[in-house]
Parts: sequence; C-alpha cells; structure tokens
Amino acid sequence: MRLTGAEILWNCLVREGVTDVFGYPGGAILPAYDAMLKYPIRHVLVRHEQGATHMADGYARASGKVGVAVATSGPGATNMVTGIATAMLDSSPIVCITGQVGSRLIGSDAFQETDITGITLPVTKHNYLVTRADEVAETVREAFLVAQSGRPGPVLIDITKDAQQSSAEFDWDAAAPSPASGGRHPHPREADMRQAIELIRSARRPLVLAGHGLMLANATEALRNFVDATGVPVAVTLLGIGCLPASHPLNLGMMGMHGEAWVNTAIQEADLLIALGMRFDDRVTGNLKNYAPNARKIHVDIDPAEIGKNVPVDVGITADLREAIEAWLPAIERLDLGDWLGRIDALKGDSAVRDIQKLPDDGHLYAAHVINDLWRATNGQAVVVTDVGQHQMWEAQYYHHDQPRTLITSGGLGTMGFALPAAIGAKMARPDAEVWAIAGDGGFQMTLCELATIQQERLKVNIAIINNGYLGMVRQWQEFFYERRYAATPLLSPDFVKLADAYGIQAQRVTARRDVVPAVEAARAHNGATLLDFRVEQEDSVYPMVPAGADLHKMIRRPSPLAETGADRS
Amino acid sequence: MSITFVVEVADKPGVLNRVSSLVRRRGYNIESLTVGHAGTPGVSRITLVMEANPDAAARIEANLYKLVHVQRVINVSDLPTVYRHLALIKVAASAESRSQVMQLVDVFRARVVDVAPDSLIIEITGADEKIDGLLEILRPFGVLEVAKTGCLAMVRGASVRPASSATPGGSSADPVDAAVSFSV
Repeated sequence: MRLTGAEILWNCLVREGVTDVFGYPGGAILPAYDAMLKYPIRHVLVRHEQGATHMADGYARASGKVGVAVATSGPGATNMVTGIATAMLDSSPIVCITGQVGSRLIGSDAFQETDITGITLPVTKHNYLVTRADEVAETVREAFLVAQSGRPGPVLIDITKDAQQSSAEFDWDAAAPSPASGGRHPHPREADMRQAIELIRSARRPLVLAGHGLMLANATEALRNFVDATGVPVAVTLLGIGCLPASHPLNLGMMGMHGEAWVNTAIQEADLLIALGMRFDDRVTGNLKNYAPNARKIHVDIDPAEIGKNVPVDVGITADLREAIEAWLPAIERLDLGDWLGRIDALKGDSAVRDIQKLPDDGHLYAAHVINDLWRATNGQAVVVTDVGQHQMWEAQYYHHDQPRTLITSGGLGTMGFALPAAIGAKMARPDAEVWAIAGDGGFQMTLCELATIQQERLKVNIAIINNGYLGMVRQWQEFFYERRYAATPLLSPDFVKLADAYGIQAQRVTARRDVVPAVEAARAHNGATLLDFRVEQEDSVYPMVPAGADLHKMIRRPSPLAETGADRS
Repeated sequence: MSITFVVEVADKPGVLNRVSSLVRRRGYNIESLTVGHAGTPGVSRITLVMEANPDAAARIEANLYKLVHVQRVINVSDLPTVYRHLALIKVAASAESRSQVMQLVDVFRARVVDVAPDSLIIEITGADEKIDGLLEILRPFGVLEVAKTGCLAMVRGASVRPASSATPGGSSADPVDAAVSFSV
C-alpha cells in the first residue's frame, strides 16, 4: 500500500492504539494535520505546546498508555522542551512528534528551523530525525517500543515536511522494531535474590521504600502481597503515593524533605531498607553521609544505572519489580516485628499532636484543611493532579490516595505549570474519573491559557487554586533560611473568579473553612468545569521540613503547641 | 583510575554526539575518545578512556547501555588488552641532523613517512608513554607539529562477549571468554 509519510504516521499511531493526541499545528507539520482528518484520532488543540507535552504526560500517568503530543518546527518544538524534561525525570512514556523544515533546508537557518533533536538529546530517552517517508513506519514503531520498555521515558520524532509529503510503500509488519531496541530484559542474579531474601528474613527493623517504579511495573498488587505476607511497613516517595492504599495499616506515608516525621525517623532507625522502584533522590535522603546509618540496603530497580548511584547498597538487583517481588513471595514468611511497629507507633504519637488538623476552626483558612476537606468530599476517589510547591506537599500529606495512578505530580523536575494541562490529559485518559487540578496562584498562572482548552473540549476538570499571594514554597525557604527577606515572592494575581468567568468556567471564591465542603460539592455537582479560588493563610509553612542537605531526622517541626503562622506573629 | 571501554554502536548519524553528550551531562571525566568503523558493516567502534573508580565504571557502562544505538560495551580495563596510540610528529631536520634523527626513529621502531629539505614527518604507534618518550628525545631538534589519535584498545585472544557482569546489580552475565594469549 502506497501512502504519504503523513498517512503512514497516523496509520502507525492508530495501530499503536493511539486515540487522542494533544497538539498545535504550524507550517512544517501541516501535511500531517491534513492527513489526520482521515484517521480516527481525537485532537485536542492546546494553547501552548508546553501544555501539549504535559497533557500527554498526564494522559500517560493516568492510564499507563503512551501519551502523544504534536507540534510544528522551531518555536513549536522548543516550547515542548520543559514538558519533555518533566517526563524524562519522572519516567513517563510520551511520544512527541514535531514537524521539521524540508530536508534540503536543514542546516540553512530556514524559517522556523531549529535543531530539536540536538536540543532534546539530553532530555529524551531517544529521539529521531526522519527525512524520508519510507523511514516513518519503522521509526514510529521503534519510538513506541523505546518509550514503554524498561524504564519508560519520552521519545521525540522530528519529521521533515518532505518526508510527510512524499510517498512510500507502507508495510506495518516489515517495520517491526528489533526487540533489542527496547533494551535487554533483566534477569536478576540468583545469588543476589537469595541474599535479599536472607536479609529480609533476618531483619528486625525492616522498611520498604516504595517508589513510582512499582506503578510503572504494574507491581502494586505484588507489593501488597509482600507487605501482607511479611508485615513489613512501607514508606512511599512522592511519586510512589498510591502504590499501596493510604488506608493500609502498614502504609506509614511519605518520606523525605516534607515526609512524615515518624517515617523519616523510622528510616534512620531501620536495620534494613528494601528500596523498590525508587532512586534515593536528594529530596528523600537528606545528607547522604548520615542516611539510614544502621540499615543494610536492598535496591531493586529496572534501571541498572540507578543501583548504587546515590546510596551504596548491600544487594543491588536489576529486575522487573513485579517479577522480583513475586519471586520472593514463596521464600518469605511473616516477621516478628512487634517491637519495631510499636516503636513507629510511638513516633507517630508525637506527630499527631502537631498535626494542623487538630487546630480548631479559628477563622483562618489553612491549605491543609482545604486539601483534607477535598479528600473527604471526594471520598478519596479523585484523580488529583498537582502543580509544584507548598500545595503539592500538602496534597501529598493530606489527600489519602488508595488507588495507584491517582496522584499525578511533577516530582523530579518540579515543573510549575504542570497541573492544569496534565489534568486535562488525565481527564482525556480517564473520562469517567473525577479529576481535580490543584495549583498555587503562581504555578496556575504559568499555564492558565489551557482554561480555553478545557472549554473547547468541554472537559469537566475541576480546579482548586491554593491562593496565598506568595510563591509560597520559595517564601517558606526565605522565612527559614534567608531571614524573612521576601525577594520577589509576593505575587499579584488577577481575580481568578472573573478570569474563569471570561473563559465561561463556573467559579467561586472560598475564604472560610465552613465553605470548603459546600464549594467542593457544588463543583462536583456542576455539569462542567469549576474553578475554586481558596484564599488561604498567607504565611503558612509546610512541616515537617528537612532543610536541604541536612540529616533526614533533623527536621524543622511545626511549632507545638500549634500556634502561630507568620501572620499571627506579626 | 583509568578505565577503558570498547563501545560498539550502530553507525547512525549523531551517535558520537549521543555518547559524548551522556559523558558530559553525567559529569564524567574523559581522557580520550576515538571512533571509527568496526569490522562489521553498520557498526562503529568507540574506544573511551576515562577517569573513574570501578563503581562509577559499572554505572557508566549501565548508562551507555541505555543509549538505544549502543549495542555492546566492554570494560577492557581488567582484561589482557593491547592499547595503541598513533602520532605524527614533524621535526626540524637539516641535512646535518637528519641522520641523527633517523637513528633515534629506528630505536623507537617508528617510521619516517615524509622527507622535506628542512623537516621530517615521523609516524609512531604504541603506548602513550612510548610516544611521549620519542617526543622528549626529539625536542632538542625542534618539534614543529604533533598530531595524535586517542587510544585504541583490543582484547587479546578470541572475541569477547559483553562483559555485563560489571553492571551494578547486573543481569546474569556471560563469562568473558578471553582466551589466554601472550604478548608478542
């Protein structure tokens, strides 16, 4: 069958199972857009190409499928870079397709020419420049294999205009990628597996550190079986939230810079850490020199380059997590951990009295209350997509996720502006799910143009702005570490209710705690998107906090008895 | 310590850029990188010498394998390996000093590949130290120009399968079947 390169592109995408793409047309990608009309593809017109990549990312994280973003050459392509880097750091499988100037013009500084394969080389898992129609099929097929295999990641395909326009024989089967392109399937060494089991069996104070990899490997059920069989408690990373139900009695909660105090202390006191699909990022370890000094360490990850990268380990296992955990199950049994679990419970007691939830309604609206009320009002069932900053940490602390893939957040890159577009992608992937975007007043303004996308596509994505008039997390650092010199963190914002109205989106301002639940319920009941502008305490801080580079157990704690925020003190 | 990798990659545009970009962004310290065709069509062979401890070397190897175009990585540092550099040295040589220079060239088993009225071009292969030794000896005559390749490395004896045992937490590895051979 003879088709144009553009037709081959869509033909391959449809065969790869793609039904939705996020994009923005332009000169160099016009042939592809023209051909798209002949294929069963829903195209979401974004307002900025960064949004397209975050949408593809949110789509991938919510569904486990590959997300696809499309843009033209030059500025269209460069606008994608932040979204691609976001997907790279969080191992999210997306395929970005960019138009390129005609192959004869490459290197001539032609109109809207940019070397996007060069630019994205360090932030893609792999990328391609396609200059001929007969290369399109094999490239697309290999790109989908690479994006999903092993440790997933973003792949970019740059296709010249003439490759889209000219014709070639299309043979799907002949274009099958070599399995080697997906990397080698790891087979753990038996000796390592045996040693891991021995360490687990003999541990007295073991702790599982559970990360995003468990979800990427569809290993959440295996994890649960392991935890139920052994009784080993679990600490989760930010991206690991949801891999074990928050309501599971052995799920201790989040670790790290803003992790629960008892979790961080437990890590420091543990005699065995079983790290599964996490990468000992500096935000979870604190000072590496004094990190978990008493613990032997088992590290299981699909990516061998992660083993021993930050933390030296006693047993490193490169494996598919589900296969590895399932291989352990027959050899392990319930451990006697009464003392250890008792110790952790005692640690919790101290934190409970410092919990902001204990604070009675004194007229102040605290972000933590908003998040917790949102959790209650949505029965904990929503897919929540956050931006980056204080509200992100409060979400992680106070929205208790029982399902995998229901917290979608930019962890590794920490990309402000992620929430709104990624929530659109999540809603497209899971149209029946209740989707909430939570963003600060800063991050929301980075990509708020996508409000128009929500309306054009008639999507019901609810938006909660945690509005404190500051770039809150930066302000918190200034309060703690820069003697409250608030350089460039006070933030003027438009009237978000009026703004939403201009986009035709229902909106409401909330300033008191008693109004939170009714507002959330009204948003849920409304047959369309709703924006809620929560005017929260301006100078509240996220506790506990491990200062960057400090020992993990040396946390700044919420003042107890619960008292003041910055506003109270002044 | 100095670690040498032989990296076989698909002969695709930009593949050298991918390897060097990886090395740069991970902050590894490169001593030498050479690239050329391998014996197999469609395959290029990179010899990469870098400063790293064995732990880091294993991670570098794992990172190299993450590049789609990388087919095989062999850390030859602990294997019986022949290392060679090639240098061209242009040295000032008048009619009077020429024979003296040529004698030294003989001692180093180097070759004269060009003779001009007032200079010679000498070709020398060998370990880096040998080349430096010749340069030192020639310096009094006036070294006018030096061009050196990076290091080339090849394991002695029968062909080697990928040394994936070096991968941290690695997959079960094929034993490296480097046959014992003798230096000649």
